[in-house]
Amino acid sequence: MTLDSKIPDGPLAEKWTRHKFNLKLVNPANKRKYDIIVVGTGLAGASAAASLAELGYNVKTFCFQDSPRRAHSIAAQGGINAAKNYQNDGDSIYRLFYDTIKGGDYRAREANVYRLAEVSVNIIDQCVAQGVPFAREYGGLLANRSFGGAQVSRTFYARGQTGQQLLLGAYAAMNRQIAAGKIKSYTRTEMLDVVLVDGKARGIITRDLVTGKIEAHSAHAVLLCTGGYSNVFYLSTNAKGSNVTAAWRAHRKGAFFGNPCFTQIHPTCIPVSGNHQSKLTLMSESLRNDGRVWVPKKPIKGLTARDAVNIPESERDYFLERRYPAFGNLVPRDVASRNAKYVCDEGRGVGPTGLAVFLDFADAIKRDGKKTIESKYGNLFDMYQQITGDNPYEVPMMIYPAVHYTMGGLWVDYNLMTTVPGLYALGEANFSDHGANRLGASALMQGLADGYFIIPYTIGDYLAGMPYEKVSTDRPEFKEAMEQVTNRLKKLLSIKGKKTVDEFHRELGMTMWDYCGMSRNEEGLKKAKKKIQELREEFWQNVNVVGSANELNMELEKANRVSDFMELAELMVDDALHRKESCGGHFREESATEDGEAKRNDNEFAYVAAWEYKGENQPEVLHKEELKFENVKLTQRSYK
Amino acid sequence: MKLTLKIWRQKGPHVKGEFKTYVHEHVSPDMSFLEMLDVLNTELIKKGEEPIHFDHDCREGICGMCSLYINGRPHGPLQTTTCQLHMRSFKDGETITIEPWRAKPFPVIKDLVVDRSAFDRIQQSGGYISVNTGGAPDANEIPIPKKIADEAMDAATCIGCGACVAACKNASAMLFVAAKVSQLALLPQGHPERKERVERMVAQMDAEGFGACTNTRACEAECPKGISVAHIARMNREYYTAMLSSYELPSKAGGE
Repeated sequence: MTLDSKIPDGPLAEKWTRHKFNLKLVNPANKRKYDIIVVGTGLAGASAAASLAELGYNVKTFCFQDSPRRAHSIAAQGGINAAKNYQNDGDSIYRLFYDTIKGGDYRAREANVYRLAEVSVNIIDQCVAQGVPFAREYGGLLANRSFGGAQVSRTFYARGQTGQQLLLGAYAAMNRQIAAGKIKSYTRTEMLDVVLVDGKARGIITRDLVTGKIEAHSAHAVLLCTGGYSNVFYLSTNAKGSNVTAAWRAHRKGAFFGNPCFTQIHPTCIPVSGNHQSKLTLMSESLRNDGRVWVPKKPIKGLTARDAVNIPESERDYFLERRYPAFGNLVPRDVASRNAKYVCDEGRGVGPTGLAVFLDFADAIKRDGKKTIESKYGNLFDMYQQITGDNPYEVPMMIYPAVHYTMGGLWVDYNLMTTVPGLYALGEANFSDHGANRLGASALMQGLADGYFIIPYTIGDYLAGMPYEKVSTDRPEFKEAMEQVTNRLKKLLSIKGKKTVDEFHRELGMTMWDYCGMSRNEEGLKKAKKKIQELREEFWQNVNVVGSANELNMELEKANRVSDFMELAELMVDDALHRKESCGGHFREESATEDGEAKRNDNEFAYVAAWEYKGENQPEVLHKEELKFENVKLTQRSYK
Repeated sequence: MKLTLKIWRQKGPHVKGEFKTYVHEHVSPDMSFLEMLDVLNTELIKKGEEPIHFDHDCREGICGMCSLYINGRPHGPLQTTTCQLHMRSFKDGETITIEPWRAKPFPVIKDLVVDRSAFDRIQQSGGYISVNTGGAPDANEIPIPKKIADEAMDAATCIGCGACVAACKNASAMLFVAAKVSQLALLPQGHPERKERVERMVAQMDAEGFGACTNTRACEAECPKGISVAHIARMNREYYTAMLSSYELPSKAGGE
């Protein structure tokens, strides 16, 4: 099959407008004849569910948490970009488009990114109308701040809890439709398979996590808004429950997976403190405005933050300032992360594990006073002290990079439809818009753009061609999928091996982090592939899942998710192996400039890698969607 | 560190539960409270026993999923969420009692997991502004004084964890409901529906079986986001104003 991205003709700035006019419409009275399933209730899912229900469609939503409000979008801190140009500082839709496509290291579609920038302005209007309490100036108008990768102030924010406020806005809009009877919300319910009838997505199979009941739901279209797959690394900044199961099961049913190896590693997280560690906590990127990153010039084993204060200036290496005099500590995320890894690899890392670098505020406090620093970062400093026990006003923070976002995801066309007709992917779950690296404050923008302003238009075009008739869940396609799901759970419970699910997950994560993390090379990736295969084999023979399938069983939930992560991990490694260039978050050691910076290869790799599933233990087949750049000139990023 | 844990175990919603005692010898002061339970669970699984079920997700103090009534206080000794509580807040050799939220509207599902769907139903009864996607005016059309926006944000930080209910001797949900009523009553966008909103949300709160507020302020003391009882005062004012002048729901106002 050939990939058709369905990018409309015409000049960049007119594509979306023209496309909207050409899309077929569903008459208002007929919308109530169509059922739509939305899986996941984060920013993309909640905004899509509410908007589609408002239009008149019948919507069912599903989330594994106990309430739609708890989806992991809630943890986003920094803000949301929009090309409002309220600051009169030269922002425009075109500039937001340009920054985003350049930030993504030229591995995203021009048309998608332009549309994202175009609808960004509507998102802010919508959220304010819903009562989202964005930060404001004394005159009562909205406040903005600047973020990495941009020279204008276009980021809207609600303290350090922007994701929470935007999600609660979308959740409230959903609640209104639940009350109106247009949305039926299923909580503590996990999607375990998608069901195809005559080649089209016509429903899903779910498990009620409280009773264990396996159920079938039919619809005219299915939307996957299930987030990213950072938890393949075990340790990440994602919520513990975040998983790839819905997207992966869809992939097994025919949805191509786009650019799986594009993962983003955030430089400022609190380092791992021991084997018990269950997740990593992000410290906002904004800290790098005032904090100076350093390690000792010569290795000092187990150097603590308390002893660091006594190390004289002459024995410190402020390595970012040294290597990147122009940008200093404010280089983009991928560059900052990689350099932290290099100094730790040299044995100059600090802390008990040697896997940390200092982020020091001593100079900033001396310059601006403790009060100023407190007003800027007070809550972050408190959080840091709570977790580590160290006081960052007195000793330097210790930080280390951690995985926190995945740019890859299900391949979708311009209408957000996957390669399975009637199956859509929105938000982080799809691959579009961020290319090989996402800029700060762009994830919230994309999730809400997809849900509020894109899917309500594009889904009509598909549904207009669908018959009103519902398919019965008694059909063999549903029965068969239910049986497969049930058997998989039964199998997991029947192994009764010796290792816990977490032990397998940790091992998988370690392999991915070591060989498919911040920097990758052919030898390591091949080693990882073999390790993952062995681990997967062992998993299916030696995992121990206690309890039964007919009750709340969190071990079983985890085991099922980890079994999918293991399959995905291999695909990520394959993708990283085949992309013999460095771009954005994907750094291949073989493709570097003389001074160790990432080197793209636009002649051979300016395409989206879309992988097709071919069956258990079969190699996946690569399809390429060429990326055409008609409006921007491809340049090498430099921050020296 | 070595700890003795007295933990509430309950197989299911309709099964009688009991405290079980566990001696935990592998606790590090750097562990979070939930990581301490993770380690205990691994030990239980290795012994073939069922792990202790508890709710958790983001482990960053924002999703509101984690709960736990620790030594008689929701989320334990600090004013934070359980996931942000670390074992250095406890002493070596200490005995810690861990219970689920205790409130009739929050029935136990299993062990330490409770059903908080009553909170969702209260939000569905009116915790929103009725605007459809697409019709919004420009975001800067209505200036909102910074003080008002900040106060609305103070209320909006509620994470819906239910600590306020668990802390209250009456199992009252006033702080939770007030946080939303107050946020939307403060903002001009919320004004057109303010009367109906407060009436419906209070009626739903009562219907769910939450108790009355007797101003003990335990909720404010335990709220991990430090939401002030001043919002309850605002909700009461909204409610009485609505009762005197609204044409909506006359028979339900005042509770049933």
